[in-house]
Formats: sequence, C-alpha cells, structure tokens
Amino acid sequence: MEAKPILNVSQVGISFGGLKAVAGFNLELYPGELIGLIGPNGAGKTTVFNLLTGVYTPTEGEITFNDERINGLAPYKVTRKGISRTFQNVRLFNEQSVLDNVKVAYHSLASHSILSSIFRLQKHFIGEQEMEAKAIDFLKIFQLDKVKDEKAKNLPYGEQRRLEIARALAAGPELLLLDEPAAGMNPKETKELMELISFIREQFNLTILLIEHDMKLVMGICERISVLDHGLLIAEGTPNEVRNHPKVIEAYLGEEVVSNHA
Amino acid sequence: MEWLQQLFNGISLGSIYALIALGYTMVYGIIKLINFAHGEVFMIGSFTGFYAIAFWGLGFFPALILSMAVCAVFGVLIERIAYKRLRSSTRIAALITAIGVSLLIQYVVIYIRGAQPEAYPNVLPNRSFDIFGVQISSQSLLILLVSVVLMIILQFIVHRTKIGKAMRAVSFDPDAAKLMGINVNNTISATFAIGSALAGAAGVIFGVYYTKIEPLMGIIPGLKAFIAAVLGGIGIIPGAVIGGFVLGIVETVVSALGLSLWRDAAAFIILILILIFRPSGIFGKNSKEKV
Amino acid sequence: MLKKVNTFWFSIVLAFVFYGIIQLLISTAMLNPFYTNTLIFICINIILAVSLHLVIGITGQFSIGHAGFLALGAYISAIMTMKLGMPFSVALIAGGIVAALAGLVVGVPSLRLRGDYLAIATLGFAEIIRIIFLNIDYVGGAAGMQVTHATTWTTSFLCLILTIVVIANFTNSRHGRACISIRENEIAADAMGINTTYYKVAAFVIGSFFAGIAGGLYAHNFYIIQPVNFGFLKSFDILIFVVLGGLGSLSGAVVSAILLTIVSTFLQGLPETRMIIYSLVLVMVMLYRPQGLMGTREITDYFGKWGRVKGGNQYGG
Repeated sequence: MEAKPILNVSQVGISFGGLKAVAGFNLELYPGELIGLIGPNGAGKTTVFNLLTGVYTPTEGEITFNDERINGLAPYKVTRKGISRTFQNVRLFNEQSVLDNVKVAYHSLASHSILSSIFRLQKHFIGEQEMEAKAIDFLKIFQLDKVKDEKAKNLPYGEQRRLEIARALAAGPELLLLDEPAAGMNPKETKELMELISFIREQFNLTILLIEHDMKLVMGICERISVLDHGLLIAEGTPNEVRNHPKVIEAYLGEEVVSNHA
Repeated sequence: MEWLQQLFNGISLGSIYALIALGYTMVYGIIKLINFAHGEVFMIGSFTGFYAIAFWGLGFFPALILSMAVCAVFGVLIERIAYKRLRSSTRIAALITAIGVSLLIQYVVIYIRGAQPEAYPNVLPNRSFDIFGVQISSQSLLILLVSVVLMIILQFIVHRTKIGKAMRAVSFDPDAAKLMGINVNNTISATFAIGSALAGAAGVIFGVYYTKIEPLMGIIPGLKAFIAAVLGGIGIIPGAVIGGFVLGIVETVVSALGLSLWRDAAAFIILILILIFRPSGIFGKNSKEKV
Repeated sequence: MLKKVNTFWFSIVLAFVFYGIIQLLISTAMLNPFYTNTLIFICINIILAVSLHLVIGITGQFSIGHAGFLALGAYISAIMTMKLGMPFSVALIAGGIVAALAGLVVGVPSLRLRGDYLAIATLGFAEIIRIIFLNIDYVGGAAGMQVTHATTWTTSFLCLILTIVVIANFTNSRHGRACISIRENEIAADAMGINTTYYKVAAFVIGSFFAGIAGGLYAHNFYIIQPVNFGFLKSFDILIFVVLGGLGSLSGAVVSAILLTIVSTFLQGLPETRMIIYSLVLVMVMLYRPQGLMGTREITDYFGKWGRVKGGNQYGG
C-alpha cells in the first residue's frame, strides 16, 4: 500500500436535471487491488462506472488515472489510457463472431491505416495477421477458442459473460471495471467466475473494481469494499468492517440480508 | 402593416402544420415511430372532403367531420395492418415500413384516379375584413377558429378523459400500463384514430385554403409538420402546436423576403439545426441513453 | 493469407473476363444499345447500392438521403465537362471528391444523432442540396443542364469494380470490424477504444465518394440532369436495394440492385405500377423477412471462397 494510487477519485458527483445521482464520491485504488463497490438498487453504482469511463462527464470533482486527469475524456480515449469495462446487461457485438469481438478490442493496438487496408498493402496483411494470432491466443486463455467462429449472440449466457470479460481485457487495461459479472449466473458458474477473476488478476497484473450484487462473491474475493446508497458513499473498509457497519445494515434492510455466512 | 399581414398568413399556414404535427407527435410519443404515412392520411382526408363537397354536395362542416371519420378509420387500419407487427422490431425496420406504406398509398391513389390535380370547390363565404390595414378573409378566420377549437378538444381528450389518461400512461411506460390493466393495443389504435382525424381535418382545411389538391400533396406538408413536431419537442402536444405556428411564420417571412424558392430549404435547415443543437426540441427535456 | 490473396486476384481476373466478353459483344454489335444501356444502368445502381450498404448495412447509420450525394456528383462532374471543358475522368473524380466532402458535412451531425433522427436529418440534407441546385441559374435551375454522353460500359464497369474492391477491402479489415461494432453496439464499441465518431464519418465519406462517382456516370449517360431526378424517391430507390438485399450483405445489395434494375426496366412505361411494387416489396420484406434476401450471409459463404465480408445483420433472427 506504499505505492501511489493508480486511480484517484475525489469529490466526484453528477446531477441529471437537478437530481443528484452521485455526490461527493471518493475512491483510491492502488495497483493490484481488487475492490468491491456495492449498494442497493439505484444507489448509483453503474453511474460511478459511467463517470470513470467517460460515458458521463462529472459535474463536480476530479478523476485522475496514473496522475492524469481523465474526467470529461471521451470513452474511447479513457479505454486507450488503460481503463476497460464490462456492462451490467451484456453488450457484445452480437452479429460478429467471437473472434471478431476480441479483434475489435485489439483495434487501437494495431496501426495499419484505412488506405493500406483498401489497397491491401503489406502493412495490412501483417497487421491483420498479428491481430488474428493474438486474438486466438487470447481466446485460448478463456477457453473460447473452440467457438471462435460462432456468432456472439449464439453463445450460452455464461460464455457470453466470459467473452465480455475477455474482450475488455483484450483492450489492454491496467484497471478493469466489472459491472455485476455474476448477474444471472448459477452457483457453479459464479464459482468459476470467481476463479477466473482471481486468475486474470494475477496473469494480467490488473487492478479490478467490481460492482456486485452477489454478496458472497464480493465478500469472498475483495480486499476492500465501498458502499454506495442514494449516490453517497456510506461506508468503506474491509469486508468485515463493512458487513458490521450500521449504515450498511440500514441501507440493505429489506432489500437483501448481508449474509453472515459469507 | 405588410408584416402584420405576413404574420397572419404565417399563422394560417402554421395552423395546418400544427394539426398534422399533432398526429406525428402523438404517434411518436406512444410507439416511438415516425409515421411517414401520416402525410398520406392528410392527403386522403383532403380528397374525402373534396368528393364530399363536389359530388355529394355536403357543406364545409359535414365534409370536415366525414373526412375526419374516414381518416380515423384509415389511420387505425394502417396501424393494425402494417405497424402492429413491428412493435418488437428495430426502429429502423419500423421506419422503413412507414416509408413503404407512405409510398404505397400515394401510388395506389395515383393508380386509381390518376395524378392530375383537383380544384377544391368554394364552400365557405369569402368576405374580406380590413383590420389595422391587414386583409383578413372570413375564410381564413374560420379556418383558424376550427383549428384552434380542434386543438382545444384534443387537449381536453388528453387531459380530462379516460382514454387520454391511458394514452399518457402508455407513452410513459407501456409495460407498466399493461400491468395496470390498460389495453395497450386499443390505446395505440385510439391514438392513431385521433391523430389521423386531425390530419383529415387539416386536409380539408388545406383544400379550402389553397384550392389545389393532388395525390402527392401529402409529402411536403407531411415533412414540414414533422419538422414542426421536432421543433416543438417530439411527443409533446403543445410543442407540436407552437412548432407548427413558428414554422408557418418562418416560411411566410422567407417567402415575403422574395426567397420563395428557398422556402422548403428553410424548413430543412431549421430541422437540421434543431437536431444538432437541441434534439429534444424547444419544450423537450434532454435525456441521455441508459447504459 | 497467401490463399486469400490468390482468390482475390482470381475474382478480379474473372471479373475482367466477364468485362471482355461483354465488350466484345458490344463492339461486334451483338448487344444492342438498349441492353448496353441497361448494363450501364445496372453498374451505376450497384455502385449506389454498395456505397449505401457501407453506411447503413455496415456502420448502421441510417441515411435516407443518398440521392443528395448522387446529385452532387452528377452536377459537379457535369460542370467540369460542360462548363470547364475537363476530361470525363477528371470530372468523375471531382464529382466523387465533392460528394465526399458533403459526406463529411453530413457525417458530422451523425455524431449526435441516432436512428430515425439521423434518417430525417440526412433526408433534410439531400433536400437542401436539391433545392440549392434548383436555385442556381448557372446549372439551369429547374430546367436542368445538358450533358454530353460519355459514360461507356468500360468506364462504368471499372468504377463498379473499384467500388466493390474498396468497400469489400475496407469491410474486411480492422476498420470494417470497427464500423460493424458501432452498428452492433455503439456504447460497447466506444468502451472498447473505437473512435466511433471517426468511423461513422469515414463511412459517410467513403459512401458519398462512390455515390458521387455514380452521379458522374449517371449524368453523362442521360443527356440531361434536373433537380427533380434527385428527390426523395431516388433515395428511396437506393435504399430498397440495400434493404431488400439484406442489411449488412454486400452481395445481397449487388444482387438486389441487379434484380430491381431489370424489373424497373421492364416497368419503365408504368411508373405507378413500379412504385406500387417497390413499396409493397419493401413493406412485405420488413414485415415477413426483415433480414432481407441474403440475411447475414454473402454469396461467397455458399462457396467458401474469397473474402467473406463478415457483414452480419442487425435484424437476423
């Protein structure tokens, strides 16, 4: 924890038509951490992701990534700086093949121009070949290489989730944002997902911020947890501290019991 | 005084745009479809009025009501036959269908009766009044009056009746409305019926005012009315009325400046500017796509 | 990769063999001018269909104002040959470039508009272009402009091959995949580091360039061009090629352009019947087969040959 934070969010907020969706949000992420962001429905968790990735521009506060201010940057630029994400409701390129989904994420790492592709110059072939080889290797890690020519929409749900994570990683992030990756998964799939997250974190040297509803998953793998309610940060700390925090218990009352048997 | 005269002409033209725009806005509000065929409903209304007056000898008001009734049925038919099955498909598929329906109606009408124009019979007494140096014909006054009354009736239906409440509920959230026991299909049909009846009325008024009608007459006023709806904020009923009047006035001013050939371009330029700078229109709230 | 290159050249050779046979038939007068003209017309329509396919089918930007770019290409090239005395080839390229610039201008609002709003805006742009020509006396206003006949089978076929090769090559590259990803899910594409603005505008510019070339061919095939030729109905004619062929399928666009051009040649004397058939077909396709004739596939998929243009289809079941 001696290192400098990779992501620093200070006093960030946004309002839509006078309504504050998130206010005074603070977060520090250190390299290699795995942090959970939890909160009841409508607490503003996804809004935080949208603020971090440039989908929304914060109306207050500052976000710095690797000491560089990134608020207000277009989403694709944020991705190129090294923050990549998945979506709550899977957003794959449905009609494209599994392989092409990953290749799209490699897009900005290649450099052959439109003209070189149109006139099929040597550069085009080299660039495309590299992308293809890299993408196939990548799919192997996620055990998706056997279905590489399948359309993304034809994959079973669990594999779609996996493909989305693979695609996010292919964009080469230092910080990965996962928006409810276990949503809709059965316990077995959730367990595999937890293993996958731990694995990619080591393999790719990642920092991970995770939104999750599945308490078991969050409490099981996250080192620290931030809790949002009504757009405000109400608690922060280790899973144990958060679990016993009175405000958290209050926020979750009636919505979902923060299980003691996590 | 010249300007006051133009202003009045603009309001007359604008009231026609407004009547058509109301149908666009209501339909868009409820099923998020730009009903391209709406201009053709207007054309059918105009022809119905023409035949009613010229061949059956009806007066202005009976012809107006007949034409509104015919258009209401016609609008519901279009919805039931063509659009209903598209509710779950992409908006682009729906838009393409609407364009297809629009052209189909135009050319079926041409196929049946030919493309030649028709001269609208004079059914309203036409006297001119001189008010503050502005020439106002009794005809245009009556037309304006009819438009305003129709708009007030619409406002009443939308805000004071059960079907109006259902319409607002469905446009707000169709799924929730369904759960609340509202018959979504009937509500959508009612919306088409009311919107089409207004377009039918606009058709008769257009005929009386401009005296020349033809099968392709719906295209330009249809597009203009759509622009008026976007201008006022699509889905917002008072917005469509204001948008219609603003567009009517702008067009007459452009014509009065001696640029009548550019009149149609003016409307499209307004459209593009609005779409780029304030896509939600004058009265609309900005909304962002959910991620 | 080598195999792909070979099959590419194989297709090119095949295309030129076809060209040679037709040219032989024309020069030996075995093909009468009516058929030659129909062939030229088919080429022009394929160019239009394929260029719009890039914008709508690949990038998912719903443009219904393609006739505007056609008009620009037609008028600019006609001005080049008739008023400035430039050679036809220069005029064609100039028409393409000016149309591409207009594509840049139209592409810019597409950054802020989506779906049906964009459609209406493109329609507005096309109408504005038409009204501008209507009001310029230099190009004859409503009466139109006389143009010499210069379009031949050779020029139209060359332009056609160029269009298909450029657009197919673009589609089968990281750039094409980026465009398709925008069509499939713009927010996700953005989140994957795709500069969506850049690619939407690029698609508009490339599409408009070829529409402009088609305009040059069109103008120099008709003896006269008038603003009325480039109204909404013309845009609709082009749109139906793409929709009928299957949004996202290049060969679908080609096949439907060929079919519909032949159909409308037969119905030339019956314009109303033609429009009724066209609009009925469009409505029926949308209601019963929204993925179009070819759906997501390309003809080459059936043979497993060169360059499967992985267009995909946004309506596929």
